[in-house]
Amino acid sequence: MSQLKEAILSTTAKGDKAFIPYIMAGDGGLEKLQPTILKLQELGVTAIEVGIPFTDPVADGPTIERAGERALANGTTLRKVIETLTSFSEHIKVPLVAMTYLNPILAYGIEKFSEDAKLAGIKGIIIPDMPLEERDIVYTALKANDIALVQLVSLTSTPERIERLTKASEGFIYAVTVNGITGARSSFASKLEEHFKKIQEYSDTPVLAGFGISTPEHVKSFSDFSSGVIVGSKIVDSLVANDWATIEELVKASKVATVK
Amino acid sequence: MSQVAIKNGYYGDFGGSFVPEDLQQVLEYIGEQYEKYKNDPEFNEELKYYLREYVGRENPLYFAENLTKQLGGAKIYLKREDLNHTGSHKINNVLGQILLAKRMGVKRVIAETGAGQHGVATATACAMFGMECTIYMGAKDTKRQALNVFRMELLGAKVVAIDIGQGLLKEAVDEAFADLVANYKNTFYLIGSAVGPTPYPEMVEHFQSIISKESRAQHLEKEGKLPTAVIAAVGGGSNAAGAFAHYKEDQEVRLIGVEPAGAATLSKGSPAVFHGFKSYVLQDEEGNLLETNSIAAGLDYQGVGPLHAHLHSTGRGEYVTVTNEEVLDAFQTLSRVEGIIPALESSHAVAYALKFAPTLSPEDSIIVNVSGRGDKDVEQVFEMLNK
Amino acid sequence: MTTEVKGRFGRFGGQFVPETLMTALKELEEAYDKFKNDESFQQELRYYLKNYVGRETPLYFAERLTEACGGAKIYLKREDLNHTGAHKINNALGQALLAKRMGKKKIVAETGAGQHGVATATACALLNLECIVYMGAEDVKRQALNVFRMELLGTKVVAVEKGSATLKDAVNEALRHWVTNIDDTHYILGSALGPHPFPTIVRDFQRVIGDETRAQFLELENRLPNAIVACVGGGSNSIGMFYPFVQDTEVALYGVEAAGQGIETGKHAAAIQGGQTGVLHGAFMYLLQDENGFVTEAHSISAGLDYPGVGPEHCHLHETGRAIFDSVTDDQALEGVKMLCRTEGILPALESSHAVYYASQLAKTMSPDEILVICLSGRGDKDVHTISAALGGDLA
Repeated sequence: MSQLKEAILSTTAKGDKAFIPYIMAGDGGLEKLQPTILKLQELGVTAIEVGIPFTDPVADGPTIERAGERALANGTTLRKVIETLTSFSEHIKVPLVAMTYLNPILAYGIEKFSEDAKLAGIKGIIIPDMPLEERDIVYTALKANDIALVQLVSLTSTPERIERLTKASEGFIYAVTVNGITGARSSFASKLEEHFKKIQEYSDTPVLAGFGISTPEHVKSFSDFSSGVIVGSKIVDSLVANDWATIEELVKASKVATVK
Repeated sequence: MSQVAIKNGYYGDFGGSFVPEDLQQVLEYIGEQYEKYKNDPEFNEELKYYLREYVGRENPLYFAENLTKQLGGAKIYLKREDLNHTGSHKINNVLGQILLAKRMGVKRVIAETGAGQHGVATATACAMFGMECTIYMGAKDTKRQALNVFRMELLGAKVVAIDIGQGLLKEAVDEAFADLVANYKNTFYLIGSAVGPTPYPEMVEHFQSIISKESRAQHLEKEGKLPTAVIAAVGGGSNAAGAFAHYKEDQEVRLIGVEPAGAATLSKGSPAVFHGFKSYVLQDEEGNLLETNSIAAGLDYQGVGPLHAHLHSTGRGEYVTVTNEEVLDAFQTLSRVEGIIPALESSHAVAYALKFAPTLSPEDSIIVNVSGRGDKDVEQVFEMLNK
Repeated sequence: MTTEVKGRFGRFGGQFVPETLMTALKELEEAYDKFKNDESFQQELRYYLKNYVGRETPLYFAERLTEACGGAKIYLKREDLNHTGAHKINNALGQALLAKRMGKKKIVAETGAGQHGVATATACALLNLECIVYMGAEDVKRQALNVFRMELLGTKVVAVEKGSATLKDAVNEALRHWVTNIDDTHYILGSALGPHPFPTIVRDFQRVIGDETRAQFLELENRLPNAIVACVGGGSNSIGMFYPFVQDTEVALYGVEAAGQGIETGKHAAAIQGGQTGVLHGAFMYLLQDENGFVTEAHSISAGLDYPGVGPEHCHLHETGRAIFDSVTDDQALEGVKMLCRTEGILPALESSHAVYYASQLAKTMSPDEILVICLSGRGDKDVHTISAALGGDLA
């Protein structure tokens, strides 16, 4: 079992829900990466999704896109993020999940990237512009370095596809909760619960909800039918504002004390 | 014999040649040459070749289904002159006259231009046939139409700015005639509209008649009958002359010419001799020219071709007017409803069709001559709508 | 030569898109497979191409250009005579008809300088589809009149302020819009790019260029041409022209990329000549990028060639050697404009001028009994401002 899945299952075993914050590496400078990760870790997050900026982030909404632009302006690259993470990897206790578009990995070299990422504490990876059909390009190298390849399942995925995706997904299953791109939203489609049940049918891999989750209420509401949540845009905004209270509230909403 | 036949350079009472003797001789020479070649099979083969391969004819007679449905009356067909090389019907005539010039052994072509369209069309054909080309243009117009001047130069033409008088089209025409008289042995003057002294109006009508030659056959093929009416915009009247030509004998086909309300020569003018020929002219009792006001540069003219004066006076043609507002509205309607942006000139014909089609029955069909594309007018319309 | 396995052209192409798009792409793929062989669909398409677009376009023997170059006989395939002035309408119309058959009521598209946007807006006006076009904010400023044109045609134009605020950012935004509105919206991609099945769909709707050319040559000369030259940005006019000739190995295919200020300056748009393989906008292809895999900006005097990638089928034609790719600079393209204006009275689009210049050089190396055809993809009316500024009144 991947370390990522293990971490999530041990969280849910306690009755808590998994909470994975997304941060954009290099937003505010790469020197912020270490303190941010360590502080999130202290708050008791299950894992941390580390976003790598890209020039053409088609799957991202405005908040993360702007964060990416700021990170690029600071000279952030995949290589530098890996180097920075490696420099304090002995302090990293929670699994890191890299979220990067495919092209920076291709430019890095898939094998070299996988090896270096392992040393940097990366246990899982999300490549939003690489659907299941194309995963052969990276899969062997990732596998060899114990990096779980997380699949996204969308509301528009057909039942046949949901089955294939959930069976293939490693670490956890990233269930996209809205049609579209990342970003905070006020409401969700009502049929979500049904959708999540369907997703969980085919695999024991935990299902996490992502895209548009921005309040403790959202976090709680998804707890009813998922193993936890991924929160992106709201975390990115809060980090820019240095608003740790909000982040703490969000994390707290995933804990057993508040869930029940 | 037909009521619209040309006799001695006259359409009924209109036309003729009222020019100084030296110019008259030159015009007679051109007329002879035109008569010699217009029925020459070899000449016509060559013309046909270039119309097909270079201009892209035949162009479609397009059934405007959306517009027809929206208006709920006659079926509307659009004759797509806008799809011609250089974007309008102008090239039909330019090619014909240049081929004539070539047969005459002439190496140099001159033309006048106002807004620049005819100048560009002439420069285009000259480039293709390797003819030396001089375009006369009022100095004021060269400034207003700097980009068209650049285009003509790009095509290898020499643009001469005429800085006498008002520096407008009239002065350019005078200068071109002076050039012709001085250099007629090696120079051909290419007139773009169905105006001017004999033989120009007839020659222009002849070279433009390809429009109705095609549309008549196309309509017969699509509908199995002739159209109820043919509608075309009229300034000098070259596109209308071409659009009507092959229907003149078909009495059941109504021929409708649409003038701008602000330059309604046939509705509001009176007969006079003007620019070397007899026709209708917008003038006051003293014979002074009246100011015109049309948003379409190509129709903003006090005169009209003698053919139209004749069709008007005999009643064979019907001449109506539309306002600038109606034209602007038609420009937008055709764009939105059919995805075709018409020239402001052609929008006059469209504007009348918008009013006319609903008065007919679905068994009727009308042909609207879309004489040119509106790309050249987009900037002007943008400014008018955003002021 | 060109084989299609799961949307691949050799190792190029693919479907590198977010999962949220996969269902839509599958739906599109199935619909397209169904309608491409549907006689009533093809009939409707042919009807509009003939009566509305004005096809077929002439294959014109450019006698004076031939004389001026002194070598092969040069023919021009006159896509500039199409309604809206370029080959773009072939694809826009085809896809709009497809969308209609799929029951989609709305269209989204991207545009650079506005040509594809105008073509799409036109097709949508004709077929009564609601249309939204994304355009980089920089391009909106530079091409205000094309924006107005699209609005005249009833389309909503949205300026994209993000990234470099140019074409690639408009594509990003159009993709995002599509992802969010998949149920009722079809994305009309304008070039032979993007995830499968787009490169195939665009090529199939553009192949009318090559099909007509082939038939016209057989009728006119009773033989095929020796060489075909077309410009390549994303590569839609060129793939449409090349495709029907790919099996005719005696016909040499030349793709001309935009070298901008020169490939050595880094300011160019020649993805095959000066890029590396990578993934952008759904496809594995040659791409302008830095060592970090970040996509870099393309530079060309021609807005239509100003894109950092190149269609996957071209990448494959390059790798297999079936087509030869070369490039032409801004200055050389301007020479091409002047040459075609002066000799033939045809003002070519700046995109097409790249092919004109290249062909003029190539023709010189060929013999008079050989034939070369240029795909004249569009007219240059839209470029007169740019050409005038670039030449600075210098017409010598």
